[in-house]
Amino acid sequence: MSALPTRRDPGFYDYLPYDQRPVIRWPGGARVAFWVAPNVEFYELNPPRNPARAPWARPAPDVLNYSYRDYGNRTGFWRMLDVMKRCNMRGSVSLNVALCEHHPEVIRACADEGWEFYSHGTYNTRYLMGMDPSQERAVIQDSIDTIKRHTGQKLDGWLAPALTYTPNTMDLVAAMGLTYVCDLFHDDQPGPVKVKQGRLTSIPYSLEMNDTIVYNVNLVSPRRYGDILKRQFDRLYAEGERSGTVMCIPLHPYLIGQPYRLAAFEEALDYITRHGKVWLATGREIAHYFNEHYHAAFTAAAHPVGEAP
Amino acid sequence: MSDKPLPEDYLSYPLRRYGMDHDRYDWSILPQRKPVVWPQRARVALWVVPALEWFPLNMAGVPFKPPGAMQTAYPDLRHYTLRDYGNRVGIFRIMEVLGAHRIAATVAVNAAVTLRYPALLQRCLQLGWEVIANGLDMDHLHHGGLDVQQEAHWIAQTLEILRQASGQPVRGWLSPAKSESFKTLDLLGQAGLDYVCDWVNDDMPYTLRTEGGPTVAMPHPVDMDDYTILVNNHHTEDDFRDQLIDHFDVLYRESSADNGRIMAISLHPWVIGQPYRIAALEQALAHIMKHRGVWPATGSQILDAWRGQHP
Repeated sequence: MSALPTRRDPGFYDYLPYDQRPVIRWPGGARVAFWVAPNVEFYELNPPRNPARAPWARPAPDVLNYSYRDYGNRTGFWRMLDVMKRCNMRGSVSLNVALCEHHPEVIRACADEGWEFYSHGTYNTRYLMGMDPSQERAVIQDSIDTIKRHTGQKLDGWLAPALTYTPNTMDLVAAMGLTYVCDLFHDDQPGPVKVKQGRLTSIPYSLEMNDTIVYNVNLVSPRRYGDILKRQFDRLYAEGERSGTVMCIPLHPYLIGQPYRLAAFEEALDYITRHGKVWLATGREIAHYFNEHYHAAFTAAAHPVGEAP
Repeated sequence: MSDKPLPEDYLSYPLRRYGMDHDRYDWSILPQRKPVVWPQRARVALWVVPALEWFPLNMAGVPFKPPGAMQTAYPDLRHYTLRDYGNRVGIFRIMEVLGAHRIAATVAVNAAVTLRYPALLQRCLQLGWEVIANGLDMDHLHHGGLDVQQEAHWIAQTLEILRQASGQPVRGWLSPAKSESFKTLDLLGQAGLDYVCDWVNDDMPYTLRTEGGPTVAMPHPVDMDDYTILVNNHHTEDDFRDQLIDHFDVLYRESSADNGRIMAISLHPWVIGQPYRIAALEQALAHIMKHRGVWPATGSQILDAWRGQHP
């Protein structure tokens, strides 16, 4: 029995050393399950304020940052879509579901390519912090209903809006029938998430590969980003011979769809997708395959986490 | 943190509807838009926009410090004088580089600069550059907390000074630090501005609604910009050059004689005008200008060509 969740440890997972796990074999003998997660987002110009976080860096109206995000839907998305099509890569859309109402054309373009939709909350300017369970349940139900209504898909995945949480988030999404989350960054393989009800898997999403972190936080150059993506892939491809790994590229059309960033990304995506032993997957496909074949074995092999002093 | 749940209105979405969550412009998808054909069927309009800025030594930085603001306790001589370097030296390096390719710039000018350095404005005019307004100075930020009468007065004053000094109509506006209030666009429309450079959501012009009638958002960038890439991101000069080149190559590939694009470059003379940096601009322009179908144009030339086809 592991230590119970506390304020200092959320208790989401047991300990499972990288070199002592059940071996993962992906479909078709692939070494890496590779997925691309475009964050298709809608940011509001003047949202109500959450006491825990201001929506914008500047006082309202922050036309610079608002319009920079809006570039993604008007312009950047379409360029990114072309690159994905040229590389024969489906996306798993991390969706602010209100975008279904604001920009149905974007949703249709993704659906036409057979992309998956999972939830990234309602708007990227509405944060979960401070919500009571009934409010948070309403947000999750909104996502389930909106994605079903506009795409016909059952909602399986969750990435909290703007990476904002309550202590109940994991339990609530699992109890409401979702099967995977992208919010935990502790591993290069999928793993069980301990929840009160339901069966939930964490699949690797990666902030290290995320263009927001790379461009807005680490301020790297586009060609360097291409290099980072290839280095990450090369290592996971090599290790995947022993046991299957996961690589995700989380994207934001407002960043990656800028003309000066496009070519380096396309080169890296082309490089990755040309490899023979890569499973070009969606988040749902990876989670379901793991749930079916490895969730129980990973749970059984894990070590309980000891009690810290 | 409070244990009270968020108020009910945090989960209500009155503007959740088709299109935007405001009425300033329509939702529009770039690749589905009516294409524009540039003069001589050029593929890419090259729009170079240096800014002539003055950062007062005692700037208040209300409601935030703009990029390039003073950093140290008063008097911050090093940042004050380094910004002035751009107006005394750096801009002349830009003039030389652009002149080699006969590129006329569109210069975004703080009104204060034209009063402080009339000779600099005259030099820009001799080169055939277009003057657009960049507010009073870098310490007069337009923002949501600004009194509307005060803001209207700043706009009128800025335009009066720049029109008087340049003899040009001054048709374009760039707010200092791209900061606006909820009323800025209305006031600019009422002041008769034909185009505004604050919004960064598009690669092409589009129509903005204002209480003074329509004006046009021109695609003036925040990140294809020497300050962002060299100062904020700490990239090398060669990286800046490569990003300009990669940017152009993608736009050029996307464009055709029947579907023009705009390559906009925002410059700050105190950044790119340093001796060790200027070659990055020189080399990128050499790459761009060797392509057929590049049309170096001013903001007004681009605007008029676009408006002629998008009435």
